[in-house]
Amino acid sequence: MGLIEVKNLQKTYYNDDVATPALDGVSFSIDKGNFVAIMGPSGSGKSTLLHILGFLDKPTGGEYKFNGKNSNDYSEEEIAVVRNEKIGFVFQSFNLLPKTTVLDNVMLPLLYSKFPGKTWKQKAISAIDAVGLSHRINHLSSQLSGGEKQRVAIARALINNPQVIFADEPTGNLDSKSGKAIMEILQELNIRGGHTIILITHETYTAEHAEKIIQLLDGKISKIIDVPKRHSAKDNFVK
Amino acid sequence: MVSLNYNFKTALSGLGTHKTRSALTILGIVIGIAAIILVVSLGRGAQNLILGEIQSIGTKTIAIIPGRQPQGPTDILSTFTDSLKEKDLEELKKKSNVPHLAKIMPIVFGSESAAYGSETYRPTIFGVTELFTKIYDLNPEFGRSFTEDETKSYADVVVLGSKVKDELFGRNDAINEKIRVKGRNLRVIGVLPPKGQFAFFNFDEAAMMPYTTAQQFIFGIKYFHRIVVEANSEENVPQTVEDIKITLRNSHNITDPSKDDFFIETQTDALETVETVTNVLTLFLASVAAISLLVGGVGIMNIMLVSVTERTREIGLRKALGATNKDILIQFLLEAVILTGIGGIIGIIVGGALAFLTSIALTQFAGLAWLFSFPISAAIVGLVVAAVIGLVFGLYPARKASLKSPIEALRYE
Repeated sequence: MGLIEVKNLQKTYYNDDVATPALDGVSFSIDKGNFVAIMGPSGSGKSTLLHILGFLDKPTGGEYKFNGKNSNDYSEEEIAVVRNEKIGFVFQSFNLLPKTTVLDNVMLPLLYSKFPGKTWKQKAISAIDAVGLSHRINHLSSQLSGGEKQRVAIARALINNPQVIFADEPTGNLDSKSGKAIMEILQELNIRGGHTIILITHETYTAEHAEKIIQLLDGKISKIIDVPKRHSAKDNFVK
Repeated sequence: MVSLNYNFKTALSGLGTHKTRSALTILGIVIGIAAIILVVSLGRGAQNLILGEIQSIGTKTIAIIPGRQPQGPTDILSTFTDSLKEKDLEELKKKSNVPHLAKIMPIVFGSESAAYGSETYRPTIFGVTELFTKIYDLNPEFGRSFTEDETKSYADVVVLGSKVKDELFGRNDAINEKIRVKGRNLRVIGVLPPKGQFAFFNFDEAAMMPYTTAQQFIFGIKYFHRIVVEANSEENVPQTVEDIKITLRNSHNITDPSKDDFFIETQTDALETVETVTNVLTLFLASVAAISLLVGGVGIMNIMLVSVTERTREIGLRKALGATNKDILIQFLLEAVILTGIGGIIGIIVGGALAFLTSIALTQFAGLAWLFSFPISAAIVGLVVAAVIGLVFGLYPARKASLKSPIEALRYE
């Protein structure tokens, strides 16, 4: 049984009685520990798909099972817990709180977690250490470079040790060097940490860091590719 | 559920991002609470001042007034009757009739022209007995008061209020000089110290003389305008009032109490009346001040709405990271309550400071024995009201924030 199972998923936006289908019958499954890239041109529905998978949005048809349970069967409270504990988000535009330190930004998900307050700082420090930003811990988010910001965002996504990390164009706003560093961290998390990673990108090169690529076009899957020669951010190829 | 402590920190940092805006927002609350504290404090001060003056006359004092108790503001004429006479005085003085009576003094009064040389003035003539110095705690600054013998012997002596003396004599010595009232020469034997307005009458504008002299030669009457009785203790005042009523009814052959041709006022009545009046006035003024709190509350709501819109992305992010609607609601409510709470605290400090300065000014420049009192109850009520305003006016924006869809919020630019 896959961690994520999608069957005939539909999402239609209604605007003044005009129906715009964003997803039109998408089916696939992702197992625990997979690294999957979702590719497609803009308007292909890849962001919509990611939002549904990440419990930020709801499908208008079809079925989405997370951990074997239908997404419609999750209550509002349960959804909040899933977002908090099972899922980590990395956004293209980082979405860090301004005028807030790296430490406080990383601790943010813990605010809504079941962990007692006295454990927060230690957890945050380990997460920041894992993305190599220990020297920036008390800097304000606005004082960081783009690459550093995205690393803070990854540390924040990691802090509750989630099953899945959703990365929405994580390298989209970064220069190639910083982008490479981010991909290196994501691969590390997948290979060493066993985290399932779902990456959205429109760059083939970035997508080829994953083991599987789901190609979307006009709300439908055009093809699913198993990446034969996976790029490694560290040494170009994973053995 | 987020720990309250951390929520507090979050709310504070949310407010700290816009310090100037937060400060301007709470100004309405600050002014409202400060005004309430000021009004209540000044109301208390005024009440204490008036009550103090009434109490200085003595809470053991009972006034017997001729006529029936006025039935309304237009019922003034009922007080001008001649029912209290010398015979009543004698009856009341009997130990068997009013056992707890300590002092008794008849009073006649009226405004008459007084002249010294070419100077004239119209003081209030008080015909009293030698006891007035004790009953009103009023001893002459110069000279002396009159004696029991002088009262009995219709002596032509007078003790002048400070203003009367100044008007008639200027800086010159008045003692042993003679003034003319209604064609009668009265020898000045004493001058009272300046007292200012004393409860409801002004002794500075009074001329005190034996009631016998005043009745016989000045007013030409055989009755009293008032009889003042002092009970031997405060506890005996109610009993004494009853004894007086029975004695006077017997003396006046009255069987039906509703036909009484006199009525009785105690200082307790006066105290209660003053207390009620000042309380109502204070409450009224405080309510007017409270309107500004309402305006302040609307200001809070306005700014919170702006803040919620501005922080749409933050709300989306928090939800994506696991915040429930309730978490967001509490965060924004707490921000509003902290905002108004801080406003309340500043308002209490500002209001208290203003009231203190006013009390100093009134003592220094108006010469009043004004005591500063900080209304702790009003401060507590003010703080609670401020917090409630935060809750009420913060609820709508906070609810709006909590219901934002995370995906819409994250897309917001």
